[in-house]
Amino acid sequence: MNWLRTAGTKAALFITGEEFWRGIVAIVAFLIFWEVGSRSASLFGIAFPWVSQVPPPSAVALAMYYLIQDPSFWVSAYLSTLRVFEGFFAAMVVGIPLGLAMAVSRTFYGISFPVFEILRPIPPLAWVPASIIFWPTQELSIAFVTFLGAFFTIVINVIGGAQSIDVRYFQAARSMGSSTWDIFRRIILPAVLPSIVVGATVGVGITWAVVVAAEMISGGGSAGSVGGAAGGGLGFFIWNSYVGGSYTQIVAGMISIGIAGYVSSAALRKVGNLMTPWLAEG
Amino acid sequence: MQEIAQPNSLRANASPSLGSQIIVNKVSKSYGAEGFAKTVVQNCSFTIERGNLTVMIGPSGCGKSTLIRLLAGFERPTSGTIIIDDKLVTGPGVDRLVVFQETALFPWMSTYDNIMYGPRARGEDTPEMRAFAETLLQKVGLAAFRKKYPSQLSGGMQRRAELARSMINQPNVMILDEPFRGLDAMTKRLMQEYYANLFDEFRRTTFFITTDIDEAIYLADRILIMTNIPTQVRASIEVNLPRPRNAENITESDEANAIKMQALALLHEEAMKSFARGSKAAADFIEAYSRRVNKE
Repeated sequence: MNWLRTAGTKAALFITGEEFWRGIVAIVAFLIFWEVGSRSASLFGIAFPWVSQVPPPSAVALAMYYLIQDPSFWVSAYLSTLRVFEGFFAAMVVGIPLGLAMAVSRTFYGISFPVFEILRPIPPLAWVPASIIFWPTQELSIAFVTFLGAFFTIVINVIGGAQSIDVRYFQAARSMGSSTWDIFRRIILPAVLPSIVVGATVGVGITWAVVVAAEMISGGGSAGSVGGAAGGGLGFFIWNSYVGGSYTQIVAGMISIGIAGYVSSAALRKVGNLMTPWLAEG
Repeated sequence: MQEIAQPNSLRANASPSLGSQIIVNKVSKSYGAEGFAKTVVQNCSFTIERGNLTVMIGPSGCGKSTLIRLLAGFERPTSGTIIIDDKLVTGPGVDRLVVFQETALFPWMSTYDNIMYGPRARGEDTPEMRAFAETLLQKVGLAAFRKKYPSQLSGGMQRRAELARSMINQPNVMILDEPFRGLDAMTKRLMQEYYANLFDEFRRTTFFITTDIDEAIYLADRILIMTNIPTQVRASIEVNLPRPRNAENITESDEANAIKMQALALLHEEAMKSFARGSKAAADFIEAYSRRVNKE
């Protein structure tokens, strides 16, 4: 029960803290600005530029309230999450060993790095048409584009992390009798771990950005087979709302993606902190 | 004095447990391409006897760290030979251990895991070794900090943890590259005492580099004074003060003071040469030396 008390104390400290209230005030101020701006035409007789075109937060909240009771919305969210996970997981599985291999072997680095550096600047979305042609199903095409979004970030971070390891760690390990495998396992891996965490946290954010766009462009993947139009993922959901003229749903969809991205990054950061306890302060 | 838990295997094969003899013979080291090469060590020769604590002192940037890399086997001399116990040094070896200038503890391991790194790397995670690790943790005053990560230790604790991490491997040669540099005066003094006690107990051939003449006299069996770059041995001074030593007694000892004046005069000459070549560090040294001489 001790941890519960600690967690309770922490939460209490957080809520009474200045930081917390500053955040609350900022969010409330933003919502008021948005609500007033959105209704400016009827309130003041003058339509504020840009913000008056956006549905007010009260309407968006109402739309969200209905939305979360709609199973097809959850199917969309589930599909997008699944694609993000597939792409992200594949990027980790392929990217981490590749980055390590490139960092450890000079020969392999020389062979692979130029190709890697030519492919890296190509935006993942530019891959969408090619990907649709290459892969047999829509689903795979979207997952592949999602994979690319995280892949390059992860590899670059692993290489950077491995190359910046202090050479004295290797000298110390070797003079204490470490084998090459031992150095890899007990020096290189833990030394690179913080960079992997950074790469993964940034990568998962990119993955969300990419999956939504890919769904819009490719027409929602398996939309035909699962749950009708709303089965195509959050990206397709937003696109569909646009086509159907439901502007409150567009904003509601955008907000759900923002929340999903935030939760993914926060979860990864949490896992990362648990895996790298030596970086904790104190 | 308490019984020291030293693993039997080590005690047996290391007997008389004084470590190795090092013969450095006409060693030179240059860097850079032929014709443009910069010679850092030139025709340097000296011998370190078994169990001897040799302290090397010389002007900053004189090539001391290069000599360490050569002794450790991280680099090969351009010419000349380094022979340890009748064997030519061709690469790093478990028989030689380097304690680096700033901490090279592995940040992702606790103090205890850092100390046990060497034994585990060699598959020697035995009860004897664990007991020896305990002894060392006690000796360096870190028993309560065994589970802490290096970032949670103070500068002095990190240096002590690193000493323990080296000593557990019972190397035949210990090489310390300005190990107490950058510590504040009080911590440095404390570290020197910790180190001197450890050395008295686990006496091994030791090569210790410093720029601090008081530290050299307090610790050394013999002081090697190095010339300005390209470096070689300028003078060798025996320090025959009785052990265990006491820092206060040394300050009052005539013999220690004589050694100090002799060493400072030689270092001053070398620093002047270095200064003539435009070394900022040498300028600082000359200024400090002049102040000291004027005071006395």
